[in-house]
Amino acid sequence: MFARLLYESFRRQKRRKLLAGIAITLGVAVATAMIAVATDIGDKINRELRSYGANLLVTPQEDTLDVEIGGVNLKPPSDGSFLNEADLPKIKGTFWRHNILGFSPTLPVNVSLESGGTSKDVTLVGTYFAKQLTFGKDEFTTGVRTTHPWWKVQGEWPADNSGDVLLGEHLATKLGIQSGGSIEISGQPHRVAGIVSTGGPEDDQVVAPLQVAQQALGKAGAVRRIYVSALTKPEDALARRDPKTMKGELFDRWYCSPYVESIAYQLQEAIPHSHAEQIRQVAQNEGTVLSRIKGLMLLVTLAALFASALAVSAAMATAIFERRREVGLMKALGAGNFAVAALFFAESALLALFGGVTGFFAGSFLAHRIGRSIFDSQITIQPVLFPVILAIAVIVTFAGSAAAIRRAVQFDPVFALRGDA
Amino acid sequence: MRRQGSAHISMFLRMLMRAAVMRRGRAASALLAMVVAAAVATAMMNLYVDVQAKLRKEFRSYGANVVVVGKEGTSLPPDALSKIEAVLAGRGMAVPFAYVVARTASGQSVVVAGTDFARVEKLDRWWSVSGWPNGPQLALVGMRALPVVSADNQPFDLTFQGHTLHLTPAGTLQTGSAEDSRVYVAMPDFFAWTGVQPSTIEVAANGSTDEVNGLITQMAQAVPTADVHPIRQIVEGEAHVLGKTRATLYAAAVLIILTAALCVLATLTGWVFDRRRDFAIMKALGASERMVGGFFAAEAAALGAVGAILGFVIGIGIAAWIGRVNFNASVVPRLSVLPYVLAGSIAVALLSAIVPMSLLRRVQPAIILKGE
Repeated sequence: MFARLLYESFRRQKRRKLLAGIAITLGVAVATAMIAVATDIGDKINRELRSYGANLLVTPQEDTLDVEIGGVNLKPPSDGSFLNEADLPKIKGTFWRHNILGFSPTLPVNVSLESGGTSKDVTLVGTYFAKQLTFGKDEFTTGVRTTHPWWKVQGEWPADNSGDVLLGEHLATKLGIQSGGSIEISGQPHRVAGIVSTGGPEDDQVVAPLQVAQQALGKAGAVRRIYVSALTKPEDALARRDPKTMKGELFDRWYCSPYVESIAYQLQEAIPHSHAEQIRQVAQNEGTVLSRIKGLMLLVTLAALFASALAVSAAMATAIFERRREVGLMKALGAGNFAVAALFFAESALLALFGGVTGFFAGSFLAHRIGRSIFDSQITIQPVLFPVILAIAVIVTFAGSAAAIRRAVQFDPVFALRGDA
Repeated sequence: MRRQGSAHISMFLRMLMRAAVMRRGRAASALLAMVVAAAVATAMMNLYVDVQAKLRKEFRSYGANVVVVGKEGTSLPPDALSKIEAVLAGRGMAVPFAYVVARTASGQSVVVAGTDFARVEKLDRWWSVSGWPNGPQLALVGMRALPVVSADNQPFDLTFQGHTLHLTPAGTLQTGSAEDSRVYVAMPDFFAWTGVQPSTIEVAANGSTDEVNGLITQMAQAVPTADVHPIRQIVEGEAHVLGKTRATLYAAAVLIILTAALCVLATLTGWVFDRRRDFAIMKALGASERMVGGFFAAEAAALGAVGAILGFVIGIGIAAWIGRVNFNASVVPRLSVLPYVLAGSIAVALLSAIVPMSLLRRVQPAIILKGE
């Protein structure tokens, strides 16, 4: 009998059920999409924050003091110690290798540049542009195109194994050279593949493949600094502790968290005679910006959940309010309060489950579209979200119906049937 | 004729009032849906407009986004800082830096920078400093420069072109970049010692990309001997992250507002459809199509307007709460949002009245009244 009532209620009141069902589906879809986006936004924005460039710097341990103003190195070039280029791929062998999005070595050399009969002392910086490297079986590409995304090149990027160079924007204007021209560095001719504009000291420098700088310096395999761009977790109290004071489990937890400090520690382990440090301007501010954006999305999600809950409640309340006569009839025929309430709750539960399932898939699709169109990557939907969403849908629907059901049940059947509702 | 007209209107108003009072329950749940939708729409629109300004403020913790340097490595004119500040007029902050290479007692070269510590502390908040200098002849020593100039944190001497400056380390500085290899002293000490004017002014300019570009043009005009350019790393990074955040927020706003509107549509359609008996009675009593249509439309519009105003107030509250919790700053209530919310709410309410009405129009009142 109960099942028949339930079935007939759905069969005969298609329009009402459809409206309530649509409200639930929409509410659940928005809730799913927003939760999925909010849980994933931290990771996505963290990746976007990498457009600020490297957040870690590796230097030789026994480094002498830099004497550098405005990017012009005033120190004799052969001074100081160097890192070994052969150690670079080991960066991809550290514990958090998947968090390291890229790295680029630099080697500044003071050279004399000849073009059109004039000679000029400039700084030549050797680096990787998009170098193919292998570590074990892993093949990867890294260089300034990943770590310094704000560098703009007019012309083309030089190949890493060529002798082609990039000329800084200011320098090129001063020399009157355009991309495709040629210059002589320490007596060797080089083709200018492009003009680089960075808004930094590189605008007055020559940027060349690493090997060109090594030849100019006369030291094969030498690297002065390594800029590393890594995805990190915002700093907390544990992150700031000195690894030397930690023991056992605590150290393991520190070591296995992607803090900028622990990644620096691991880089130091991987590269012999090196000193790795966070670039505080980039690393420290990431946490603030990230937490603000995450907080914002969380609060917006809360507001969205609250709104969809209320909207679902309102839809359910209207749907039940309309059916007082039915309640009156049932009660006049001898149905108890419990039986009437049970019928309504069963209907609500069915609607909630149906709306929850369709809403979840619609929401997943929405989240997927948002991820694709805004971040060009997938937004992962945790499978655990499915039961959570269903539970929320049922609870909200019940909560929204409860007040209306209570009032409907308490109503005197005589008035209800007379139409005085 | 006129009295008849006013009687018509008063009857109309009475019917509207009665409809609201007599069917409190139903009207209330429809109104609730309307209020929620309007509140969410208000909050999202308000946030979307305000959050960009809030986030830009957060991004200023990355420090300067514009740099003013003397052309060809020369010093800036002595009045450059005051001119730049006049251009900024409170829309940012400027910090001067002057650099020389000095020699330590042991003959090593080290870069010494003169600056204004009070400003640097505000501009470069990521500097990890053990103690800011707050008096004459005190220096802030970079972590890497420390072993070279003063291994045991004792007072030290620096020489520049035959002049010697006696300094006491007030604290150490760690940034992870070039600053670590320098010694920072206060500008008055620096100028008295070297006679060198600042060569660089770092500027943190507030505002949108266009506003910052406008400031750059004005600064370049104010100090023609200087080269003013944006720090691309900071400007582009900010634009990138802000763009993505805005897009996400926009998607969320559209999604939420659309859902709220559709939910209202569903609820109100049910509400109007359910009153088909009223519709039929009015028609049976001789009301014209236009009269009945006008009545339902007015009812829906009134509901939409009341819901929009209540929702607007609540929505402003939600936006303010999000602003306070997340940014520790209130989100300014924007009255400019109200017309959109009002118009949107009334439009949705009218739409949800029209759909069932057009269905009912084709039905004979007698059939509805018979209850079929």
